[in-house]
Amino acid sequence: MTSAVAYRLVVGVLPWLTIALLSVPVVAGVLGALAPAFGWLPALGGERLTLAPWRQLFEVPGIVDMARLSLVTGLVSAALSLGLVVLFLGSFLHTALYRRIQRWLSPLLAVPHAAAAIGLAFLLAPSGWVARGISPWLSGWAYPPDYAFPGDAWGLSLILGLVVKEVPFLLLMSLAALVQCQAGERLRVARSLGYRPLTAFLKGVMPGLYPLLRLPLYAVIAFATSTVDVAMILGPTTPSTLAVSVVGWLNDPTLSMRFMASAGAMLQLLLTLAALSIWWALERLVARASRGWCRDGRRQCGDRWLAGMAWLAMRTVLGLMMAALAGLALWSVAGYWPFPAFLPWPPTAHNWLNAADDLVAPVWQSLGVALAATLVSVVLVLGALEAETQRRRPMRPWAQLILYLPLLVPSVAFLFGLVMMQAQMGVRPGLGAVIIGHAVFVLPYVFLSLAESYRRLDPRWSQQASSLGAGPWRVFWRVRLPLLLTPVLTAAAVGFAVSIGQYLPTLLLGAGRVVTVTTEAVSLASGGDRRLTAIYALLQLLLPALGFMLAMLVPRYVFRRRRGLLPGAD
Amino acid sequence: MASLILDDIVIHQGQQRLLSLDTAVAPGEVLTVMGPSGVGKSTLLAFIAGFLSPAFQAQGRVLLEETRIDTLPAEQRHVGLLFQDPLLFPHLDVAGNLAFGMVREGTRRQRRARIHDALSSVGLEAFAGRDPATLSGGQKARVALLRVLLSQPRAILLDEPFSKLDAARRDEIRHWVFARVRDHRLPTLMVTHDEADARAAGGRILRLTERGTVMGLTDQEERA
Repeated sequence: MTSAVAYRLVVGVLPWLTIALLSVPVVAGVLGALAPAFGWLPALGGERLTLAPWRQLFEVPGIVDMARLSLVTGLVSAALSLGLVVLFLGSFLHTALYRRIQRWLSPLLAVPHAAAAIGLAFLLAPSGWVARGISPWLSGWAYPPDYAFPGDAWGLSLILGLVVKEVPFLLLMSLAALVQCQAGERLRVARSLGYRPLTAFLKGVMPGLYPLLRLPLYAVIAFATSTVDVAMILGPTTPSTLAVSVVGWLNDPTLSMRFMASAGAMLQLLLTLAALSIWWALERLVARASRGWCRDGRRQCGDRWLAGMAWLAMRTVLGLMMAALAGLALWSVAGYWPFPAFLPWPPTAHNWLNAADDLVAPVWQSLGVALAATLVSVVLVLGALEAETQRRRPMRPWAQLILYLPLLVPSVAFLFGLVMMQAQMGVRPGLGAVIIGHAVFVLPYVFLSLAESYRRLDPRWSQQASSLGAGPWRVFWRVRLPLLLTPVLTAAAVGFAVSIGQYLPTLLLGAGRVVTVTTEAVSLASGGDRRLTAIYALLQLLLPALGFMLAMLVPRYVFRRRRGLLPGAD
Repeated sequence: MASLILDDIVIHQGQQRLLSLDTAVAPGEVLTVMGPSGVGKSTLLAFIAGFLSPAFQAQGRVLLEETRIDTLPAEQRHVGLLFQDPLLFPHLDVAGNLAFGMVREGTRRQRRARIHDALSSVGLEAFAGRDPATLSGGQKARVALLRVLLSQPRAILLDEPFSKLDAARRDEIRHWVFARVRDHRLPTLMVTHDEADARAAGGRILRLTERGTVMGLTDQEERA
C-alpha cells in the first residue's frame, strides 16, 4: 500500500515540477530584466526608477533599423516556411516523396541551428562551394567575387538560414496534427467530390490543420525574431539584429551599459509580441478572405503549377541543408584550397589532429550538460504524461500554453533577466545554472516528441497487468516503460540534440565558464579560421547523431528476439 | 471458491442511466451478458475490474462472497481479465509472461516448475523461451488464459474473448476455456456478441437493451 501511496505522490508532484521548470525561469527572467530596464538594480548601484536606460537605448544609432530587421526577417521567414510546408503537404501528402522526406525529419531537426548556419555561410560565401561550383566555367570568376552574402544588409541570408531550419520543424509538427485533424478522411471526401489534391488540402484540411499548427508557428516566429546565434552567423552586422546587439551590450565591460541592455531586452520582448500580433491580425484577414473561397466550389487553383513550385522549393531547402553539411566536412579536411578548385586536394587529417587536444574539454562539457538536462526533462515529462494517463483526461489548454512558454518568450529577454538576478542575488554562474537553463528548452521538445506515443499506448496493457496483480510501479517499470522504450529513447535523443545546440543559455548563464562545442563554434564563426570552425560545427552534428543512433540501436538490441516490438512490426 | 456478487449495480453516463444489474455468479458458473454495442457491456466489466473511466458513475457493490472489492485498487481485486486480444507482453518471452502474473510465493525453482507444468498441461512446454509474436492465435489464447489462472484470480471476466480467433479453432478454444474455469470453480462473467459463445457457455444469459435494462433472463433449463 505504501508503494502505491508513494507512486501517487510522485505522479502528483512531477507535473507541478514540470510546470514550475517551464514557467518560473521565464517569468522570473522577464521580471529580472524589467527592473533594470527602469534603472533598478541595487547590485550595480541603480536604486531609483528612471527612464534613462530607455532614452539611452533610443539614442543608439540604427536602433530603428535593428528592430525593423528583426521584425521583417522573423515574419518573412515564418511566412515562407509555412507557405512551403503547406504547399508541399497539399501536393505530396501520401506520396512516396513525402514518406522519404518524413524519414529524414528528425535527424534534420537535430542539426543545431548554429551548425546549419555555419554550413550555409560557408556554402554561399563568395569563396564558398556554390561560387566554386560555377567558376570559372560559368561565372568567369578567377578570384572570389565581391558580394556581401551571407550578411547582406537586407537579411536575406538570415531569412534563408531560418527557413532551412524551420521547414523541418513545421513539417514534423504537422505529422501529429494531420492525424489529429483526420486529414486523410477530409482529403478522401474532398477528392471524391472532384477536388484536385492541393485544392482539396487547402479547402478541406487547412481549416482544421491550422489551429493545431498555431502554437508551433508562434514559436517559430518568436525564435526567428529573436535568434542570436543564427543572426550572428548569417545576419548583417551594420546594424545587426536587435537580439545580437542586446547580447553585445550585455557583454560590454562598462557596467552601466547593463541598464540599457535590459531596456533592449524588454524592447526585444515587445518586438516579438508585435510580430505575433501582426501575424495574428494577418491570420484573421486570411481567414475572412478565404471563407468565401472555401465554398466557391472551384475544384482547382493552379494545382500543378503550385505543386511544381513546392517540389522545387522543398528540394532546394533540403539540398541546401545537405550541401551545407557536406561542405563542413570538406572544410574540416581541407589543407590548401585555392579559389576555383571544387574539392580540397589532397584531404588531410591535419586540422583534426591539431585541434584534438582542445576538443576534449568542450565535448565533455557539452555531453555532461546535455545528458543532465535530458535526464531531468525525461523524468519530468514521464511524470507529467503518467499523471495525465492516470487522470484519463487530456491536457488543458493553459498547460499547452505553458509548455510553449519558453519557446514563445524570446530567450534573450528572459535569460538576460536571469543573469541580472544572478548578479543581484549573488548566485555563482556555472554548470548548475546552465543545466537548468538547457532543461527549460529541452523539456518542451521532449514532451512534444513523446506525448503522442504515450497517449496512443493501448490502456488495456496496464489494465491487463494490474488485473494480474501488478501495483502501479510494477505496471510502469515492467509494462509501460518497456513498451514505450523506443519513443522514450527517441524523445531523449531529441532533447539531447536540443541541448547540444543551445548557445545563449550556455553563454549567459555560464558566464563564459561553461564552454561547449556550440559556444566554440559560434565564436569561431566570426573569426577567419574556416577549418577549425567546420570541425566544431561538425561536432555539433556528430554528438546528436550519436544520440539518435543509440536511440535506434538500443531497442533493436534489447528486443532482438521480440518481433512484436521491432520497427516494422504489425 | 466464492461467488461473485453484483449487488444492485447502476451505472450512469452523465444524466443517462446506462445499465442496472443485480445478480450473483456462483463458483464455476459462466454468466453471459449480451446486447448490441454501446449498451455498456464493456463498461460493466471495467467497473468490476476497477478501470471505470471517470466519464461514468457507478453505484452498488461488487463482492466476492463476503469481501467487498469495488473499493479496492484494481491490482488487489484478484479479478482475472481476458480481452479480445491475448495482450501477451511483447517484451517478455512466454515464460516471462506467465511469471509476470504469478503470485510471488515459493522459491524461484518452484515458480519455474509451476510455469513448466502449466505449459505442459496445454502441450506448450517447448515454448517457454519463445517470443510471443511467433505464436499462433490459438497458442496465444491458451497462454493468455494460463497467465490469468496462474495469478490465482477469484473470479474471471471475459471480454469477447473468442471473437478474434479463426473459426476453425474458436470452438475448441471456447470449450477449453470454459472447462478450465469450471475446473478451478471460478465465477465467470462473459460479455459477447456471439450467440455461439453463449450457447457454449451453457449458463444463464443476460440481455441488455438500449435502455439499459435487463430484458430476458434465459436459464439453461428454460431453453431445454
